[in-house]
Amino acid sequence: MDALKKELKESIIEQLNLEDFSVDDIADDDALFGDGLGLDSIDALELIVMLDKDYGIKLTDPNEGKAVFVSVEVLAKYITDNRTK
Amino acid sequence: MKPCYINSAVSISAQDTLNDSNFLENTISFEGKLAEAIHPNYKKFLSPIASRRMATAVKMGVAAAKKALELAKLEMPDAIITGTGIGCIEDSEKFLNAILDNDEEFLTPTSFIQSTHNTVGAQIALTLKCKGYNVTYVQGAASFESAVIDAQLMLHENEANTILVGGTDELGKFLINDIIFAEEAEEHPIQTPFGEGAHFFSLSSYKQTNSFCALKGLKIFNKARTDTIETKIKAFLKENYLVPEDIDAVILGKNGDAFDVLYQTLQDSIFRDTPQLHYKHLCGEFFTASAFGFWIATNIIKQQQIPDVLTLNSIAKSSYKNVLLYNQLKGQQHSFTLVTSC
Amino acid sequence: MSKNRVAITGMGIISSIGNSVEENLHALLNNKKGIATIVNIETQHKNEIKVGEVSQTNKELAKSLDLDEKHNYSRTALLGCVAAKQAIKDANIKDIEAFKTGLISATSVGGMDLTEKHFQNYNEESRKLINSHHAVDSTEKIAALLGITDFTSTISTACSSAANAIMLGARLIKSGQLDRVIVGGTDGLAKFTINGFKTLMILSDTHCTPFDANRKGLNLGEAAAYLVLESDVVVKQEKKTVLGYLAGYGNANDAFHQTASSENGEGAYFSITKALKIAKLNPEHINYINAHGTATPNNDLSEGRALKRIYGNSVPDFSSTKAFTGHTLAAAGAIEAVYSVLALQNNVMFPNLNFKTAIPELNITPVTKLTKKPLAYVLSNSFGFGGNCSTLIFSKK
Repeated sequence: MDALKKELKESIIEQLNLEDFSVDDIADDDALFGDGLGLDSIDALELIVMLDKDYGIKLTDPNEGKAVFVSVEVLAKYITDNRTK
Repeated sequence: MKPCYINSAVSISAQDTLNDSNFLENTISFEGKLAEAIHPNYKKFLSPIASRRMATAVKMGVAAAKKALELAKLEMPDAIITGTGIGCIEDSEKFLNAILDNDEEFLTPTSFIQSTHNTVGAQIALTLKCKGYNVTYVQGAASFESAVIDAQLMLHENEANTILVGGTDELGKFLINDIIFAEEAEEHPIQTPFGEGAHFFSLSSYKQTNSFCALKGLKIFNKARTDTIETKIKAFLKENYLVPEDIDAVILGKNGDAFDVLYQTLQDSIFRDTPQLHYKHLCGEFFTASAFGFWIATNIIKQQQIPDVLTLNSIAKSSYKNVLLYNQLKGQQHSFTLVTSC
Repeated sequence: MSKNRVAITGMGIISSIGNSVEENLHALLNNKKGIATIVNIETQHKNEIKVGEVSQTNKELAKSLDLDEKHNYSRTALLGCVAAKQAIKDANIKDIEAFKTGLISATSVGGMDLTEKHFQNYNEESRKLINSHHAVDSTEKIAALLGITDFTSTISTACSSAANAIMLGARLIKSGQLDRVIVGGTDGLAKFTINGFKTLMILSDTHCTPFDANRKGLNLGEAAAYLVLESDVVVKQEKKTVLGYLAGYGNANDAFHQTASSENGEGAYFSITKALKIAKLNPEHINYINAHGTATPNNDLSEGRALKRIYGNSVPDFSSTKAFTGHTLAAAGAIEAVYSVLALQNNVMFPNLNFKTAIPELNITPVTKLTKKPLAYVLSNSFGFGGNCSTLIFSKK
């Protein structure tokens, strides 16, 4: 699980061009959207593609992402439960 | 048309033009085919969260726009009007490569969203939270002039009092190489390098304490021939109550290709005794390169001097009141722009 | 402010529901939609999307324009030339240079259909197509076809582009800069746009349902339409038949998000309000609204909120014609300008197809059946990425 969380943080930083962030800047329970990391709806779409490409999880409705992309903690658990690759 | 007062002029180009104290004193000359822009530290203009998705043109454009507002001491313009010839080619290329490399799979939205031609104008509006009139022109080499004409019309019709107007183009990484290949296959290809840049100006319908020159007239047209260009320019000057002898400097968009004959015709006739200038050897050829020429015109009037690096002949004037620009690309997208002291 | 009126004296259109104004009207009057599975473009997504394609192939379009086989026309340029030529004919213009005539065209995708075919492997032959990539290219080709040498410009503000082209044309006539101007827009379908909208997850896999509670997204379309705008002087001198007038226009920016519209429809509210002010009309003067209504969850809610901000619970009759044509991007404003004039001419409101249930947050119901009603003023909205919002108002007199 810890390895997955680290991997996710690295992917988020790279995928979303958060060039001033490092893995240590993102706590497991930091809110990714809103007041936390400050991600927005475009980032949510980027993360949906990441789920599909890296973990074989397909979300068809962008609204489903809201419950999944709460924090790295929540995301990691969701991936562990649903991954197909 | 009423005059439009110019309250600031900002250039990000292949020369050190963002530095206010320097009016083309120590210029760079180019050996290669590309004249890449000298970029400022964008962190001074944009927060990391705002700039993380921005490609070159957007960064250049937003930074130049912010500086133009700052110099004009203007917080919120009534309208934002921009021009770009090639648009956001970096992100267009990124998205095209992603489509082709992954066979339409696993594509992400960011580069598509940022690829539309109006991204620069939109991002400026978003940064400023400016809800006013907002349009982007994409008329090749007359993109910037189209934007300025719209601004002029708005100010003239009292639809706005202050307008931020600018032109932006970026080189990109891929298509430009094929454009150069195609150009070199021409019989008389463009001799200057290919360039990029962002130029922004703050205009107002009334004279402010920091107004340093005015846009008096601007005309764009699609076609002209060497045997009609002189008549056209005389008619344009007449509409502005001027004759060719009133022009203190003429700035020509020469790039060394076969269509330079249009400029040469004027150099050899009505502007034979006028200071003649060129600039594309300094900024490179790109669709909104004429905005670099416009920036030069405003600076000549402000500083009352012409840097040697611009001159095509040895004629000089004691003062510079009326400066005329003429630009075209491949015999199309012509523009006459008249800048005067105010 | 100048007092010149802006008359519409000619129209041309090519869309998925017809190759002429008459064919488009016939389809609108008979519920004939142009939405189907994609044919002309090879894409992985062909079974997951529905589009509004112009039935003619590039070859057929080129033939109708008498082009040489080795032409370098993008689909955008081909469609634009066909529609612009019709508009000139409809306006009965014999000598284009007889008056000071301009051209303002709109496009978002430009020649991307050609670029995406050759991008990674241009050769000596295909490099001849490079300049067709640029947004200005289709405009240059239309200008050449019509013989326009004077004021020529191109606008690209995503899906509001053509509305802004019409607006600039009107302003140039009102201020006396031009006597006559051909305005409109053109966009061909491309793999680039299909995939782009796909990444935004706003493409519907079935026929789009504007303003419906269960709307799933938009259908992309391709089209071109042009209108001839003329000054009072030209109309009088040439004894022109006037199809309608452009009475008002407004442009504002939502300044909310690069692609999404704000929740309260701020930009739309401002563009509508400005247009009413220019037309010197009160909101209740508007008899019918041709809504932007793309059928994305975001647009329809935001546009509906803007309408409710202006009209409260008495929103005028409105419908979106996008379920007929698909969302034709930069051309949409011109397509819907033609439809607005047709509505005025025929005193008819076109149905908002596929609608079943009102959006609960709005509780407004569009016109769902072809409805006859005397119309004096029709308002048309066009909104785009980048927060670009534009509104046009057409009048009969």
